[in-house]
Amino acid sequence: MGNKTPLYDLHVKMGAKVVDFGGWDMPLHYGSQIEEHHKVRKDCGMFDVSHMNVVDVKGERVRDFFRLLLANDVAKLKTKGKAIYSCMLNSKGGVIDDLIVYYMDDQWFRVVMNAATRDKDMAWVNSAAKEFGGIVVTPRNDLAMIAVQGPNAKEKVYQALGEALRTSAGSLKPFHAVTVGELFIATTGYTGEDGFEIILPAKAAPFTWQMLSEAGVPPIGLGARDTLRLEAGMNLYGSDMDETTTPLESGLAWTVALEPADRKFIGREVLDKQKAQGVPRQLVGLVLEGKGVLRNHQKVQCDGVGEGEITSGSFSPTLNQAVALARVPAAVKTGDRCTVDMRGKPATVRVVKYPFVRSGRSCL
Amino acid sequence: MSNIPKDLKYTKSHEWLKPNSDGTVTVGITHHAQDLMGDMVFVDLPASGTKVTAGKECGVVESVKAASDVYAPVNGEVVEANSALPDSPETVNKDCYGAGWMFRMKPASPAELNGLLDAKAYEALVASEKH
Repeated sequence: MGNKTPLYDLHVKMGAKVVDFGGWDMPLHYGSQIEEHHKVRKDCGMFDVSHMNVVDVKGERVRDFFRLLLANDVAKLKTKGKAIYSCMLNSKGGVIDDLIVYYMDDQWFRVVMNAATRDKDMAWVNSAAKEFGGIVVTPRNDLAMIAVQGPNAKEKVYQALGEALRTSAGSLKPFHAVTVGELFIATTGYTGEDGFEIILPAKAAPFTWQMLSEAGVPPIGLGARDTLRLEAGMNLYGSDMDETTTPLESGLAWTVALEPADRKFIGREVLDKQKAQGVPRQLVGLVLEGKGVLRNHQKVQCDGVGEGEITSGSFSPTLNQAVALARVPAAVKTGDRCTVDMRGKPATVRVVKYPFVRSGRSCL
Repeated sequence: MSNIPKDLKYTKSHEWLKPNSDGTVTVGITHHAQDLMGDMVFVDLPASGTKVTAGKECGVVESVKAASDVYAPVNGEVVEANSALPDSPETVNKDCYGAGWMFRMKPASPAELNGLLDAKAYEALVASEKH
């Protein structure tokens, strides 16, 4: 018996196959993972992501605290409600977790971190806060989170939760949030589609979920969430990066702010050094040319340059073929052919730029 | 709840087997097996004429979640594979005992069928795996 979100009973009622995910009893699918995937690409769907760890961090110097704590630079957050994606690094440049941080006001930032890493994240943040001083860290266990994603997601949200949201949330650019009553509505997501992530009081979550359901938004399980994010080329913590890899080796250089050069953040020395000496490994996309499914941890042989490993492998329902993210030597180039050991048999894969799919369309 | 038809034979590796009137047997994977694996995306079946050995792998099914071998339930020779499956592997999820059948084979000896599980024994196996 794991932790349960406020929507657990509704998942069971809607026919969910429940699995353990990082200590939480979560819906894997409600019948067919692939059909759920297509619904999000073609129409919309809703995900219970209440297991995610929402934390409010407050203090007079909260901005400086995050400029030290995160590899991305919260100095970029100039308007209230703006968010950035960042890694939180250890002193060796390894990734403790990836997260989204929202600028609420000058003394208040909101962070959304992963569920499976909750304990070590809180230990790290609390210890850094203690050392920094004047920072109050509050886990918001009283909140739930529902993501509504897909080309028709926003329209369905207005229909289900009120036309007033069209003016307030409808005008938000990507990676912005607005508070409307008790709803915190953000234009973020993990699918590569348009939509919202809604943070709300736990006690309001079941009613909101039912309103969305009545408006015709189908529930989507974590299974489809994984194939959607993989197609969208978004990293999964613990698979594509962890404490043994730096963001530069994980396709996340775009989230590391090395400028201004005088900003000291935890892990910086290692990244500076890696950048100067050349990053030895990189994350690339792979497409399987034949039949079968690529899987995590399969070895990738790259002729003449060495060996790599698949970090996220699965079947892409949109492309109807197997795709993967893999960590390979830096010399591997887009268009190269490599060989994957698939259950004892060699299979040819093509190295591609990812994302594989954006807004319902193939990027290949 | 798993669907376990009374009139079929079963293996410990979750294949089902149905004797046909012409002496051949039809083979597929059980409702429990497809439920554990989730949405099927790839099926590789033995070609007609393939000699298979009881308990040895003769095909592969892959779902979004995992890959699994399909094992021959008895010794014999494959006489027909379900040619519709490679293009619509989801049939295994939708109708595992009907349109989702995998191959037909001629057992080397009809007596081998006696060594397989009946529905009751298979139900007990599934129940034991759940706990």
